[in-house]
Amino acid sequence: MATVSEVKTSGPARFDVTRVRADFPILTERVHGKPLVYFDNAATSQKPRAVIDAEQRFYETLCSNVHRGVHDLSERATQAYEATRVKLQRFLNAAESREIIFVRGTTEAINLVASTYGKKHVGVGDEILISAMEHHSNIVPWQMLCEEKGASLRVAPISDQGELILEEFEKLLGPRTKLVAVTHVSNVLGTVNPVREMIAMAHHRNIPVLLDGAQAVAHVPVDVRALDCDFYTISGHKLFAPTGIGALYGKAHLLEAMPPYQGGGDMIASVSFEKTIYNSLPYKFEAGTPNIAGTLGMSAAIDYLNQLGFDRFAPHEHALLVYATKALAQIPGLRIIGTAKEKAAVISFVLDDLHPHDVGTVLDQEGIAVRTGHHCAQPLMERFQVPATTRASLAFYNTFEEVDALVKGIYKVKELLG
Amino acid sequence: MSDLHALYQEMILDHSKHPHNLRPMADATCSAQGYNPLCGDKVALFLKLQDGRISDVSFQGSGCAISTASASILTDMLKGKTPAEAEAIFEKFHDLVTGKGQPGSAEKLGKLAVFSGVSEFPVRVKCATLAWHTLRSALAGSQEPVTTE
Repeated sequence: MATVSEVKTSGPARFDVTRVRADFPILTERVHGKPLVYFDNAATSQKPRAVIDAEQRFYETLCSNVHRGVHDLSERATQAYEATRVKLQRFLNAAESREIIFVRGTTEAINLVASTYGKKHVGVGDEILISAMEHHSNIVPWQMLCEEKGASLRVAPISDQGELILEEFEKLLGPRTKLVAVTHVSNVLGTVNPVREMIAMAHHRNIPVLLDGAQAVAHVPVDVRALDCDFYTISGHKLFAPTGIGALYGKAHLLEAMPPYQGGGDMIASVSFEKTIYNSLPYKFEAGTPNIAGTLGMSAAIDYLNQLGFDRFAPHEHALLVYATKALAQIPGLRIIGTAKEKAAVISFVLDDLHPHDVGTVLDQEGIAVRTGHHCAQPLMERFQVPATTRASLAFYNTFEEVDALVKGIYKVKELLG
Repeated sequence: MSDLHALYQEMILDHSKHPHNLRPMADATCSAQGYNPLCGDKVALFLKLQDGRISDVSFQGSGCAISTASASILTDMLKGKTPAEAEAIFEKFHDLVTGKGQPGSAEKLGKLAVFSGVSEFPVRVKCATLAWHTLRSALAGSQEPVTTE
């Protein structure tokens, strides 16, 4: 028979932020003599001990190359590497593990699609549709492709709240649209885009859709089959995994029809000077020795997140967002940029006529790490007619007390520079 | 907070809020655009050269307190100077903000000495020097926008 305490813990357990913080060694760091308040999670997230250990363990106990050794170490490394692919497949709910391609990060994933799918399917007069809230990495690869092919880039507008205007988006889907490439969650505004509807609209016209999932994947559960997106791109380092590792998801039939990305070892079935036969999926797109240690770090990060549970940390993150939004909005002269109804825990703001760079310097002296600048989204800055913003981006290991420290810090900024 | 007060001295805040010579110049003899991709600071610098001397100098743009104050003070300082004198001031100024200046050299820089606190904030050196790099580009007659990257 269950005891009372067992009954109490059988539902979603309370999220214990103190315990979670203990998993992240860096969170005990001090900056300028103050406890670190890390609010730059949209730039990169911190790594739990389990991830750091996994990378180290690879070099200490498993270091060897994958896919080519007959020796035991190589075999074990290959198994661990491929097990991560399966883990990621399940994490994103892809149909098959061969639909997961390991890359350096979102930027490389998008470039991969632009230079393979794009080169094959985009021609003179064709169009690629993006949105006004894209990161440079989901603008520039398409611009480069358009320039090369004589195609044009179309941009779906957003509202003053920072929400994509769905009707305008739909109007821009035309007979020449060859691909839609949009962000799932904005790195500046925090807006969660209505990607399901957008994908349905595009698919209605047989247009494939790539989602930039760099910001989304650590904050919202991603199910690529439920979304029915054709490509999904992620960066490990924003998912509590090491830098230099990420993944591209692509529907198998699309990936199969795409030419290879880079040439080299591992991506071939056989090579002669007359002809090279390319390897099958996913290896066709993974030339050269991959970031094996990073991959195993990402594996540990996914385990960590699964163990923590989206259903447990997401409410905490959302409560932080609500609390921080309210607290910041009460500061005289502070204006939040991006007030969409559906938001991830990202708050961009401008303060009086102070430049974000000055705001960031003063906050840094208080131990508070925020991002200041254009956040690799210059067209978005122009849309809101600000040269730059200060951005606080939160993660589940942040606390309400840290939000209070930020508010206090902003008052210091006003006192010093106002 | 003492480092911060050294960085944001009263004169710097004054110039950033009420910049001098913030205006376009229709009859400039040379001009250049400067850009700091890190923070999005932009500056356009206009110069009028007459008889080998800078007879007028102005700027336009948007930037942080450090870059705006630096541009403002630059325009105040350079009137009447020759390009070679301006270049010499930049070199001393650069040494000051990067912490390479000789003891006592700050005094010789006049108003620019208020930027000595920048040397404690290496990421802000680019803000302090943007207008000066742009000046150099304007004097060289370069058409390419300069960036601090």
